[in-house]
Amino acid sequence: MATATTMNVVNRSATTAPMPVKSNPDIAVAKLIDESKCIGCKACQVACMQWNDNRDEIGNNVGVYDNPSDLTTKSWTVMRFNEVERADGGIDWLIRKDGCMHCEDPGCLKACPAPGAIVKYENGIVDFVKVNCIGCGYCVAGCPFNIPRISKTDHKAYKCSLCSDRVAVGEGAACAKACPTQAIRFGKKKDLVAWADNRVKDLKERGYQNAALYNPQGVGGTHVMYVLRHGDRPEAYNGLPSDPQISPTVGLWKGMTKTVLSWGMAAAVAVGIAHYFIKGPKVVDEKEA
Amino acid sequence: MIQGNEVQRYATNERINHWFTAVCFVLLAASGLAFFHPNFWALSAVLGGGELSRFLHPILGVLMFLSFIIFALQKLGDNVMKSYDWQWMGRFGDVLANRDHDMPEIGKYNAAQKLMYWFTVLFMVLLLVSGIVMWRQFFSHMFTIDALRLAALVHAVSGVLLIITIIVHVYAAIWVKGTMSAMSKGTVTRAWAKHHHPLWYRSLENK
Repeated sequence: MATATTMNVVNRSATTAPMPVKSNPDIAVAKLIDESKCIGCKACQVACMQWNDNRDEIGNNVGVYDNPSDLTTKSWTVMRFNEVERADGGIDWLIRKDGCMHCEDPGCLKACPAPGAIVKYENGIVDFVKVNCIGCGYCVAGCPFNIPRISKTDHKAYKCSLCSDRVAVGEGAACAKACPTQAIRFGKKKDLVAWADNRVKDLKERGYQNAALYNPQGVGGTHVMYVLRHGDRPEAYNGLPSDPQISPTVGLWKGMTKTVLSWGMAAAVAVGIAHYFIKGPKVVDEKEA
Repeated sequence: MIQGNEVQRYATNERINHWFTAVCFVLLAASGLAFFHPNFWALSAVLGGGELSRFLHPILGVLMFLSFIIFALQKLGDNVMKSYDWQWMGRFGDVLANRDHDMPEIGKYNAAQKLMYWFTVLFMVLLLVSGIVMWRQFFSHMFTIDALRLAALVHAVSGVLLIITIIVHVYAAIWVKGTMSAMSKGTVTRAWAKHHHPLWYRSLENK
């Protein structure tokens, strides 16, 4: 689905100068993943590999359908299969396409120390800029969803780019294009929120009273959203957090600590200089000996 | 050892160790500050850019810890706080005002130096432990993300507190004249030793 958009940078890691452009909800894009329509075929994984030219290592079967068993530097999206027992004794087979959520308030970007290694575009996409990445892994600490992976070979961070290179030329995400059931949709965020509301209404009519849109406000909303049949317990979907937020530890580390301690160092130098000028050097009378 | 007017304060191996630690510290502080706050990012050039800083910082950190801890263990006995040290500390205002006649007699290190010693030990240990958790290339995968977050905070805070401690250390050496030679040629004058560290001076005299 082609979408008119712009790729102006509205937020840039380790950059104190304000950006000239602000986030624009009118052109914000999003991916909506309707888990009720997902059949677990992994076409999205294949499309992601194909478009991004990623070929992961051949892994091992770990006893479940998840393949690979976790996100890697070369598998930016993974289907998570969960068997969840129902109150009536039956089993719900919940399948969630895991990957970067493209937070409106991205923890990775907040934690990143390398200027311009993580950027957020006007359309809401959070992108890793490889040339600026130094491989420190701070993004891993910053992310509330455990998404970034650091390469053991080139020491760079990798994650879903929401196909920013496709979006820049008016195309949608590769995974959305490949999805055979249209469980994955790509488009303007406000259109998809409206679409999801209808879908939630529909699911509720069909007996899923707790169906809901997952667009967590703790991170300012996300540009990858889910329609969940069990919206009251997102944790059932392989631990999707019900109220994800940037960790307070990260907030402290990247907030007050930076400012207070920087001034603390300046103060230590200033006090030293002032003391020297006011009290002068401490000199021993050599005749004392 | 006293020879003429010169009193030996640091042996050659101790001075080499000190300056090795000091060079490591400067390189670590520069690269560490670059990671700490974007306003210091230019300092990443000291180790040859962001990626090289990321690679070298932890290696230098381990080297600094090792050289420091050897030195610290050698000086452990001289840095135990004694009752006269607390009396000395009680008159710290006079020390700062350069009114240090009739100070309580102290040993090789004064109370402020001893406290600095223990702060430095504390921050070095915190930096080593948290630094290993943050060492993405080899160790981070062994720890939970919550541990990584806590390590990042502890590392940043103890790193800057160590820098502030060293600022005080360097300033003290500039302020107290006759100190620098202890770490360059290894000796201080008799008058300096007698005035600042009388118990230490007398113990050398009695040898």
